[in-house]
Amino acid sequence: MKKEIKKFLAGDYDVIVIGAGHAGCEAALASSRMGMKTLALTMSLDAIADMPCNPNIGGTGKGHLVREIDALGGEMALNIDKAFIQSRMLNTSKGPAVHSLRVQADKRKYHIELKKVLENEPNLTLQEGEVVEILVKSNEAKGIVTRTGAIYNGKAIILATGTYLKGRIFKGEVNYSSGPGGLSPSNMLSESLTRLGIKLRRFKTGTPARVHGDTIDYSKMEVQPGDEEVVPFSFLNMGKNFDVEQQPCYLTYTTSETHKIIKKNLHRSPMYSGETEGVGPRYCPSIEDKVVRFADREEHQVFIEPEGLDTKEMYVQGVSSTLPEEVQIEMYKTIVGLEKVQFMRPAYGIEYDCIDPRILKRTLEHKDIKNLFFAGQVNGSSGYEEAAAQGLIAGINAALNIKGKEPFVLDRSEAYIGVLIDDLVTKGTNEPYRMMTSRAEYRLTLRQDNADLRLTKKGYDIGLVTRERYKKTVEKKEQIERELSRLKSTRVTPTEDINQFLKELGSAPLKTATSLYDLIKRPEIRYDELKDIDKDRKELPREIGLQVETQIKYEGYIKKQMAQIEQFKKLEEKRLSENEDYDNIKGLSNEAKQKLNQIKPDSVGQASRISGVSPADINVLLIYLEQKRRREKNLSDD
Amino acid sequence: MADSIAAISTSIGEAGIGIVRISGENSIDIGDLLFRGKSVKSLKESENRKLTYGHIIDPKDGEVIDEVLIVFMRKPHTYTRENMVEIYCHGGIISVKRILELILDNGARLAEPGEFTKRAFLNGRLDLSQAEAVIDIIRAKTDESFKVSLSQLEGSISNEVRRIREDILKMIAHIEASIDFPDEDIEQITYNELEKDSKAILRDIKRLLDTADRGRILRDGLNTVILGKPNVGKSSLLNAILRENRAIVTDIPGTTRDIIEEYVNIDGIPLKIIDTAGIRDTEDLVEKMGVDRAKDKVEKADLIIAVFDVSQDLTEDDHSIIDIIRGRRSIVLLNKSDLPRKWDKGYLNKLLPDYRMINTSVIEGVGIYELEQEIKNMFYAGDLEVESNVIITNMRHRDQLNKAYKNMKSGLEAILSNVPLDCIEVDIRNCWENLSAISGDAVGEDILDRIFSEFCIGK
Repeated sequence: MKKEIKKFLAGDYDVIVIGAGHAGCEAALASSRMGMKTLALTMSLDAIADMPCNPNIGGTGKGHLVREIDALGGEMALNIDKAFIQSRMLNTSKGPAVHSLRVQADKRKYHIELKKVLENEPNLTLQEGEVVEILVKSNEAKGIVTRTGAIYNGKAIILATGTYLKGRIFKGEVNYSSGPGGLSPSNMLSESLTRLGIKLRRFKTGTPARVHGDTIDYSKMEVQPGDEEVVPFSFLNMGKNFDVEQQPCYLTYTTSETHKIIKKNLHRSPMYSGETEGVGPRYCPSIEDKVVRFADREEHQVFIEPEGLDTKEMYVQGVSSTLPEEVQIEMYKTIVGLEKVQFMRPAYGIEYDCIDPRILKRTLEHKDIKNLFFAGQVNGSSGYEEAAAQGLIAGINAALNIKGKEPFVLDRSEAYIGVLIDDLVTKGTNEPYRMMTSRAEYRLTLRQDNADLRLTKKGYDIGLVTRERYKKTVEKKEQIERELSRLKSTRVTPTEDINQFLKELGSAPLKTATSLYDLIKRPEIRYDELKDIDKDRKELPREIGLQVETQIKYEGYIKKQMAQIEQFKKLEEKRLSENEDYDNIKGLSNEAKQKLNQIKPDSVGQASRISGVSPADINVLLIYLEQKRRREKNLSDD
Repeated sequence: MADSIAAISTSIGEAGIGIVRISGENSIDIGDLLFRGKSVKSLKESENRKLTYGHIIDPKDGEVIDEVLIVFMRKPHTYTRENMVEIYCHGGIISVKRILELILDNGARLAEPGEFTKRAFLNGRLDLSQAEAVIDIIRAKTDESFKVSLSQLEGSISNEVRRIREDILKMIAHIEASIDFPDEDIEQITYNELEKDSKAILRDIKRLLDTADRGRILRDGLNTVILGKPNVGKSSLLNAILRENRAIVTDIPGTTRDIIEEYVNIDGIPLKIIDTAGIRDTEDLVEKMGVDRAKDKVEKADLIIAVFDVSQDLTEDDHSIIDIIRGRRSIVLLNKSDLPRKWDKGYLNKLLPDYRMINTSVIEGVGIYELEQEIKNMFYAGDLEVESNVIITNMRHRDQLNKAYKNMKSGLEAILSNVPLDCIEVDIRNCWENLSAISGDAVGEDILDRIFSEFCIGK
């Protein structure tokens, strides 16, 4: 017989964060740094900032998120700068807006460094414990209960449970209740959420096997080294020297034999036998999916990546699978260079509970339950960076709520974080959501190189960025402005020397005096290269030169985008109240009424992105708002 | 600052004078670009709210478009409380349309349905009690225009727009896949390919634009019904008209064998010609359905072409046709006039006084030219009206096509000067959105769907 657990009051906090993964850590740090007495609860202290899937941070879109987190005063960039073992800037040939930093992480190091940061944070209490219940009174979050009966009162609760909620792991016919990487699942919290009226759904994701590095024949593979020049993630580390011995990755391929084995055993995959209900991400398909959907391909890429410096475990990127372990081993051995491979951990698929993020505000607070926040994979996103970004925003807003201050929301024209959250809470998602640069309509202005210029002031206003750092950014901005105007006013004349110089750069000779600014606009001319004919140039930090060059070269396009942003902002600034009852607004279509009541957008701009809300409905909303404004004005005039 | 909007504010084709309005901060700059005054050099110097005489010209080549009166009204004492310019030009479709096009090409955009009223309200010009009425107007106009827009797009034009849109989507998906998945084993897009693709798309848009300029894009032209008893020469007439004026669409789905609809353009005047089943009293149920439908078409017709056979005596059927067209805008054709005549114009004239009658021999091609001239005369005299929202819808399409063309053109220039992919994509995506606005297709997940279906992505 089950004994009644004796409950006890264990403490009072301002903010309680459930989970200490990438979302939980950022949330807890933000809230405690904003002066909130914060409790971070995790199922296992050994799994803080764990990376149960790929051993890297950054990449397209994701790298942008990390830079933005950094500019706002978050921790991810600083932490990965301590723990990376290879660094690459991707897309350098494709334009400044899509340059993306991606590094390989030493997973253990990453965990240890972030745990240290949490432990040293003055307002933060770090504790192991499994939360089984959220306490809510009159639609307001009040605290939590742990499995051991401890009750913690909290003014705000942030749920950052990752893939732990009712986690179930699949390996062929074998499946069992589990969190990621063999950690315990959280099975009871789901019921508590259901009791609060929160609908849960199942998403799934997967991870490939980890294999022993000594059993790999690297001579058959292509070496992928890091960049010679290391660019850090954190703006605070710009210009610093990183004494890191970079570890290579390797590229190899599957063979027709691999595909044959997969096809033969397809019926043993739970995804194909219909045993799972979860929805997986399209950008992260299992090897089974790839072989089935692109049947005519003779080979698929496989990347071998180190899991860390102190381990021989290697991550086999590209071969995630839910086939039985026996088939996995047979199949992996047909990959070029893996003929003698020794498995250390098999691949698996994992299914977990998550919410429909459309129940959240853009602050990530629940629409109906005050002070209950959600962040990370539980919201239907995927990826460490996406999780961290949400954690930061949830942590900031939990603190602001308690302080009674205005919420902090980034819009789509200000940050990738804004795009991420707006997409989630406005459109929802049918698969684990991954950030991609193509999702950002104002990509040219939301570059990873200017995240500090865009966001440092906001971080400072919230209280997460120090005055010193803010001043440094202001100084950087001024330096850029000064250099831009200097280049505008510095002219060169068509002398023989100048034209000879231009000829050497493969550029057309001058006919009239031209500013250096205009010369940089020529695609073939780089800012750095003009040094020889730019006598007054002072030595400036590298990132300032790059910034100047980008702003000049892409001026036309950036201006175009700025004009679009101006239009966008107009509708974004038309605020809608969360208490609006759209049934009472005459002229809205029925579909629009229903959708608007469900989403409760906070601006006409957000409303316009809801599917089913037409341009006519938007016009009706604009007239309605003006009507309301004048009525209120009349009242106050009386 | 609000952008400038423009629209035709009189119904098209019926009045002697057409009015085109511009509202917005730089409406006066646009006006000055297009207007050449006799006594006043620039609108900016003109007296507020005073009519000025002059010409509208095409700033590209100085061609004179029309003789007009123009007035500039300074904010805030205007309908929208913004700077406004009104141009009073000759009525009829050609002039107003041309002037509006010039305005759109020189910095304004076409007003959304009800947008002048909307601005008037939002800028405080209309009082609170009118708010609901404003909502009604905007709602009705938007829905109406949407309906028209969709109905315009059935058939070949929408297929063409969608096809081009598909091609652009393919380009975008390839660019985005290259950008967002640089490590993947996908064929990297090359500038040669981009150049080839964008040139092909430019050609396609250009072709659509040309047809738009010829008015071919005007799907719903004047509803024209050809009426006559069986074997009087209706189908031959239709074929003769089609032969001379290229047909736009044939074989509209949903029509029965009894009624054939054809679209044709006579020197810029769009016609939708309906060839009806022979009208006669019939016991045959199947045939009767066709006849009922024909009568229904007559009710909705803007113009009727009634065909009679002069080589035979008028029958009872002919007389019921005479009854039908009495009081309606019609042209009477006395067909088979190459054969010995049983009767002549004078006889019919008594029954249908003041009706224009033309002797034809459709088989020989005699009288077709006269018929077309007559249709043109009636149209320009304002005897025939075409529903104005049809014209507007098409202006909107033209406007978007134009923008799509410009965007792709700028994309091509960027490609040729090796501008990086992320910038090029901006132009191409804008072009895609222009076309999406025409076809009414939402932009959004399309790109990602395309990437994932086309490329094997995933680690």
